[in-house]
Amino acid sequence: MKKHLTLLATTAALTASPLMAQDLTVTSFGGAYGAAQMEHMIEPFMAETGVNVLFEDYGGGIAEMKAQVEAGNILWDVVDVEVIDLERACAEGYLEIIDQSVLPDGDDGVAAADDFIPDALANECGVGNIVWSVVFAVNTDNGPGPQTIAEFFDVEAFPGNRGLRKRPQVNMEWALIADGVAPEDIYATLSTDEGQARAFAKLDTIKENIVWYDSWSQAPVLLNDGGAAMVQSANGRIFAAIQDDGAPFEIVWDSHVYDLDVWAIMKGTENKDLAMEFIKSATRTVPLSGMQDVAYGPTRASAQALLPESVKQDLPTAHLDVGLKADGIFWADFGESLGEKFNEWLLQ
Amino acid sequence: MTSITQKLSPEDARNAAREVRRRRLQAFLFVVPLLVFLIFAFVAPITTMLYRSIHNPTVANLIPDTLTALEDWSGEGVPDDAVLTQFATDMKRMANDRTSGQLADEINRALPGMSSVTKSTARALRRVEDADLTTNGAALLLEANDRWGEAATWRAIRKAGPVYSSSYYLTAVDLERDAVGAIVPRDTQIYVQLYTKTLKMALIITGLTILLGYPLAFFMAHASSGLANFLMVFVLLPFWTSLLVRTTAWIALLQTGGVVNSTLQWLGIIDEPLQLLYNEFSTILAMTHILLPFMVLPLYAVMRGIDNSFMRAAISMGSSPLGAWSKIYLPMSLPGLSAGALLVFIISIGYYITPALVGGTDGQMISNIIAFHMQVSNNWELAAALGSLLLVLILVLYWLFDRFVGTDNLKLG
Repeated sequence: MKKHLTLLATTAALTASPLMAQDLTVTSFGGAYGAAQMEHMIEPFMAETGVNVLFEDYGGGIAEMKAQVEAGNILWDVVDVEVIDLERACAEGYLEIIDQSVLPDGDDGVAAADDFIPDALANECGVGNIVWSVVFAVNTDNGPGPQTIAEFFDVEAFPGNRGLRKRPQVNMEWALIADGVAPEDIYATLSTDEGQARAFAKLDTIKENIVWYDSWSQAPVLLNDGGAAMVQSANGRIFAAIQDDGAPFEIVWDSHVYDLDVWAIMKGTENKDLAMEFIKSATRTVPLSGMQDVAYGPTRASAQALLPESVKQDLPTAHLDVGLKADGIFWADFGESLGEKFNEWLLQ
Repeated sequence: MTSITQKLSPEDARNAAREVRRRRLQAFLFVVPLLVFLIFAFVAPITTMLYRSIHNPTVANLIPDTLTALEDWSGEGVPDDAVLTQFATDMKRMANDRTSGQLADEINRALPGMSSVTKSTARALRRVEDADLTTNGAALLLEANDRWGEAATWRAIRKAGPVYSSSYYLTAVDLERDAVGAIVPRDTQIYVQLYTKTLKMALIITGLTILLGYPLAFFMAHASSGLANFLMVFVLLPFWTSLLVRTTAWIALLQTGGVVNSTLQWLGIIDEPLQLLYNEFSTILAMTHILLPFMVLPLYAVMRGIDNSFMRAAISMGSSPLGAWSKIYLPMSLPGLSAGALLVFIISIGYYITPALVGGTDGQMISNIIAFHMQVSNNWELAAALGSLLLVLILVLYWLFDRFVGTDNLKLG
């Protein structure tokens, strides 16, 4: 019976009944990451406020937000957005503007504005939630693997298949780094036709050895079943495979491309205030530090301080000096045109 | 009906006519649910899609006055200060409405790199006084970003302006209009190649299902009914399993450390595992398996209805078995064959899930690029144009089929 009632409540909430205002729909990426958010952010919030949170999954991107806002049928309240999509989602009016001044101080008393790392509050539509990173990983069963991006692109010294996610993002950056472009010049170079041609030319040198995949979950699988000797991956996925399954993988941090995820509020939601309460609660020091479970770095200095030394080395935040910050503005500009060129290059 | 009513009294004629009307209404009411369903689930979405592929009012709604002012611009050099001032005013309004991002997206599509320029300019102009904008708008705009002083930028705005535009269809066949409006090939050539490849793969898959399905259906049609039913279970089994399960089963079989590769390695036939998955081969293989029932079922139904004595008669009259088959049996089984071929071909042309899961790079079909524009690049207009072309392609093929084979020759069972 209770199940039926929940179902009824859900249906009612979906049809936007104001009576059910105490339900909050939070959407994120699921998997081990979603489980960590459930444990450290959603369950404490439900316990403290008595609000019933419906936790849903999506695959990223802004298409679903666009569809909801254009149809005027807002199904989500709070959504976890990659910064690479945030710029566009915010500017196109799919997200509410967040008053960042109401965010609570860190547990050590430092004001929120100083406690958050600068990138976490850089966009007015979101509050940083994790720092994550695209790294490459090798299977140590195959003997010593490449240790730099340049070696990743060296098929003679390191034969075998390379698993890459099928999109221009990160691959274009890595190609230029492997070709000797300085990290600070990457995005300026990629803005020019010559720079793009140079990146594709470098990718051409390993094209025969690339195995393409579409979702992060495929990366550890490819590495495990021998489909690839080395893979590009979100760092948390490899970490989980090592930690939980004892997989013989090694994460290489050289030239990792790091980015943030933020919590954002869907434009036009009826639960805007409640959504803001959730974000305030979920981005406090302790909930943020819980994201270490899946090896994603916290976005507050006070949360970083709570982590044991042994864990810190596994987080992107310990390797920012050898990393490159993904440029959301560049990808808002060139995502579509490079996406087309990338598709054309794939067909050649 | 007139011939009947003439012989009836006026009273009876009226009753009869009423009765006819009542029956018609009844018949109509029976089909109303289906009709409503078809309109909402089929006609309306397709019309919307067709409309969307030529209709994009975003820019015209956002900056109507700028577009009007731009009409007189020659296309060379920088437009008049009046245009720039008008645009600066529009930008301020959009920055405050939070619609500048929509404009940024549209201009960026015509000229990559303009998204950040538009957004940063909108931010810069957001807090400027209206009076300053009217007197000094052009200078403020150029100060915010010098790209507004380039003719290419304004050509991009003008290009993005029209409410009705054929540009998405041009893009869908790898063409575009240059600065003077002539139609020229685009820098990137993707879609024609993909349509060709999709057609090629659909043809191969249809051919393979005929090769596999025809003998099977023939055997089943001539086997004892017990054996035929038993075999039918195997044909139908894939039908009862989820499409996703069937496709992932192929992943388990074909992957590098999968069943096929490890068996071949164990037998010593190969040393290194073969790349069987994530290419055209795996897409064709999995789709042939999935679509085989669509070929076998109509073939089997038609073959069951063919009287064996025709073949026996032909052979007894001196024809060779092969000759009898090609002259007698094949033409008689043709309706089933063409129905099966048409079904498999049309379904495979628009197939999405299997190429997405096992296609890798080589195995991508046009539907995957449509999904890309719906979900990733958010270019719904281009997705609609690509989808409409696919629809037209299927209609043309159906028309050709009707011309050369004839839809009368179609039998589903």
